[in-house]
Amino acid sequence: MADKILKKLYIKVWRQNNAQDKGRFETYEIENVSTGSSFLEMMDILNNNLIEKGIDPVAFDHDCREGICGICSMFINGRPHGPDSAVTTCQLHMRKFNDGDTITVEPWRAAAFPVIKDLVVDRTAFDKILQAGGFVSVNTGGVPDGNAILISRDDAEEAMDAAACIGCGACVAACKNSSAMLFVAAKVSHLAKLPQGRIEAKARARNMVARMDELGFGGCTNTGACEAECPKSISISHIARLNREYLVAKFSE
Amino acid sequence: MQKLNSKIPAGPLAEKWSRHKAAINVVSPANKRKLEIIVVGTGLGGASAAASLAELGYNVKAFCYQDSPRRAHSIAAQGGINAAKNYQNDNDSIFRLFYDTVKGGDYRAREANVYRLAEVSPNIIDQCVAQGVPFAREYGGLLDNRSFGGVLVSRTFYARGQTGQQLLLGAYQALNRQISKGNVKMYSRHEMLDVVVKDGKARGIIARDMVTGEIKRFGAHAVVIATGGYGNVFFLSTMAMGANGSAAWQCYKKGAMFANPSFVQIHPTCIPVHGSQQSKLTLMSESLRNDGRVWVPKKLEDAQKLREGKIGPNDIPDEDRDFYLERRYPSYGNLVPRDVASRAAKERCDAGYGVNPEGKAVYLDFKYSIERLGKKVIEARYGNLFQMYEKITDADPYKEPMMIYPAIHYAMGGVWVDYNLMTTIPGLYAIGEANFSDHGANRLGASALMQGLADGYFILPYTIGDYLAGEIMTPKVDVNAPEFEAAEKEVTDRLYKLFNVKGTRTVDYFHKELGHIMWDYVGMSRNEEGLKKAISGIQKLREEFWADVKIPGELNNLNPELEKAGRLADFFDIGELMARDALLRNESCGGHFREESVTEDGEAMRNDEKYAHVSIWEYLGEKKEPALHIEPLVFENVKLSQRSYK
Repeated sequence: MADKILKKLYIKVWRQNNAQDKGRFETYEIENVSTGSSFLEMMDILNNNLIEKGIDPVAFDHDCREGICGICSMFINGRPHGPDSAVTTCQLHMRKFNDGDTITVEPWRAAAFPVIKDLVVDRTAFDKILQAGGFVSVNTGGVPDGNAILISRDDAEEAMDAAACIGCGACVAACKNSSAMLFVAAKVSHLAKLPQGRIEAKARARNMVARMDELGFGGCTNTGACEAECPKSISISHIARLNREYLVAKFSE
Repeated sequence: MQKLNSKIPAGPLAEKWSRHKAAINVVSPANKRKLEIIVVGTGLGGASAAASLAELGYNVKAFCYQDSPRRAHSIAAQGGINAAKNYQNDNDSIFRLFYDTVKGGDYRAREANVYRLAEVSPNIIDQCVAQGVPFAREYGGLLDNRSFGGVLVSRTFYARGQTGQQLLLGAYQALNRQISKGNVKMYSRHEMLDVVVKDGKARGIIARDMVTGEIKRFGAHAVVIATGGYGNVFFLSTMAMGANGSAAWQCYKKGAMFANPSFVQIHPTCIPVHGSQQSKLTLMSESLRNDGRVWVPKKLEDAQKLREGKIGPNDIPDEDRDFYLERRYPSYGNLVPRDVASRAAKERCDAGYGVNPEGKAVYLDFKYSIERLGKKVIEARYGNLFQMYEKITDADPYKEPMMIYPAIHYAMGGVWVDYNLMTTIPGLYAIGEANFSDHGANRLGASALMQGLADGYFILPYTIGDYLAGEIMTPKVDVNAPEFEAAEKEVTDRLYKLFNVKGTRTVDYFHKELGHIMWDYVGMSRNEEGLKKAISGIQKLREEFWADVKIPGELNNLNPELEKAGRLADFFDIGELMARDALLRNESCGGHFREESVTEDGEAMRNDEKYAHVSIWEYLGEKKEPALHIEPLVFENVKLSQRSYK
């Protein structure tokens, strides 16, 4: 576990000044990175070097840096969140790379996630999908006691498995169709597993799927890349549940 | 001093809130539709407030600097949320939660506010369950609880190690519902840069669209700040990278007073610092102390060998391990409050018993609970935390103890508010971590989530009505008024000034320097000499910053360096005020430890005769010393005693 120093790395990174700009790759050299550093700390060092050289630093989204806020969104060496499993980019560490490596860093690529600058993309489409029904319609106040609603431990755990989604968009970035099915399924499944969510289950599935289609996400062809790349290991079995909920909703129309 | 009326209602403690609610004004539904409210920040406080206010019928504009309201740093809270439900039949009650919180805060919080917090806490759990928050359940289908530091009952509700995430998603879902109905207009990637005060009342904000760089004006009948704490003044902390104190600070500069700035919390269980390239510290939930035992070696030579990597922790037999928390505090053991646990870790490391190469780490060992309960149980309780630890450190906590060290985690201090959560600027409110009101000098674990949601769901929606009832004849706020123009110009001028320094050093360089000053002199242990050094050091560094900072990029484009520079400019001022406040408070209380004020056996010593008050600072202008005001704290229902967890 002792940290080593990577003497030299080549960072081939996507540069795009704004949404209108065509964009291109630039390659920068970086020296002496500890294997104990996170990938984003490596990006900090790179940016520091760029600023010192008078070059505009690489814009990238990052915030909590502990794998939960879901804002970091880099496509590294062809994989969302890079070459490790069940992590976000901020949890990816440089020990996953070797001295002398060329590391390719791109933004999420999907029509529904337009690039804002460099590695920063616009994911408001995800908010819009959830606004179409990803909630239980209760106002503040006037609700029953928490223990008045009994929920089996298994159901609560399964709901939690789905609710763990951090809304990062890795599933869309990994999918050859840029489908948002795993994202939609996670919310539909989380609420469908709980009695509180059952009441609006049909409308929720119908409305969220319709909104997803409107926003330009592609269809699901069961490739499973989303599950493989999901930093929270959300299972595609939730997509099966979404499909069931959706079919039931459609047939009862 | 008229400005500082805390408006605590008369009457017995348990009746204050209900009496107050009965006495305050209510706005009719027809009038609510005509009123606008701005909510800045979308964490637990902001999202719950924005949603609840919109449900009531107000027109709400909500702002966050992230790309989506779901990302606010409340999401990172791991362990749980307290509520006085007494579901475990262990003699918990509203009074006990109140008492624990006042005591845990080392008697530096208002009784009335804390009691109200405890009083509404059960409603929070009910609300979250109704929203579909997947709290942990017992096999019979009832809600499960765990214990947290500083208390003797089990009152913490949790959703694995992701309680903050699940509660925030609940509030975000409620917010989304109101956005879809058109009752909330959401402005993501917008950063508030000033509050606009007109005729003595808060009437709007100036915000920068972080994508286009456009400076925009927004008007409203009331403004709510829910922008979190200022812990990032230390550079390295458990806060999100973007978390900042700027919104609160702009309010301060416009006349909102700032309370107890020196009260910050140092969390005992974080992953230790490695090297100089680190950007932030990762918290390991306090809940781990339920099943982990904290220790360092008894023998100095063992510590030396550990630091050199010659032996591992498992090579040290039980009899050579110093379980120092259990030794010093037999009744609370590993579950002492955070400030006590942090100082005890520092004490052992300063004495030479630290176990990592830097000598700044202690062990948190799960071996004993794995032996007692089995690996499966521990995995179910903490699996995601163990995984997170392994990803960061490359070490397996099922096989060897975690290494931990204290880190800055939370700001108890904040904008001063009265019982209605209103600041000293009429119409300007501060909720959640951004205000100072409920945690005194130290916050108990699982209470931040409780306070954010209490303020947002159940307190502000009532109290803001009392003010807005007087505003029903006020027309829609005109953002072309001279006050808006002046505020916008001030904001634009400052951005140009920063951008045009065109110096040689990066923003991070200055931030790291500030962090060193803060950690060394305004951190876990403070003394007069150090605090004076901190004040002059910060002043000098601030001058260098304004003369030599280098900001690349463009003003009218996404520019993270420009954002960071603006926040850092305010952190210098906040840091200085923290040091000033710490200097004047010559007592040890909660997270504030003055080396000059200790008992014979080295424990923190409060001085209730001189310091049983809130220190409140008023801004008097640039380069002028701020004025200090005092709000005495009156304790009618708890007996002040030196905290003892022995």
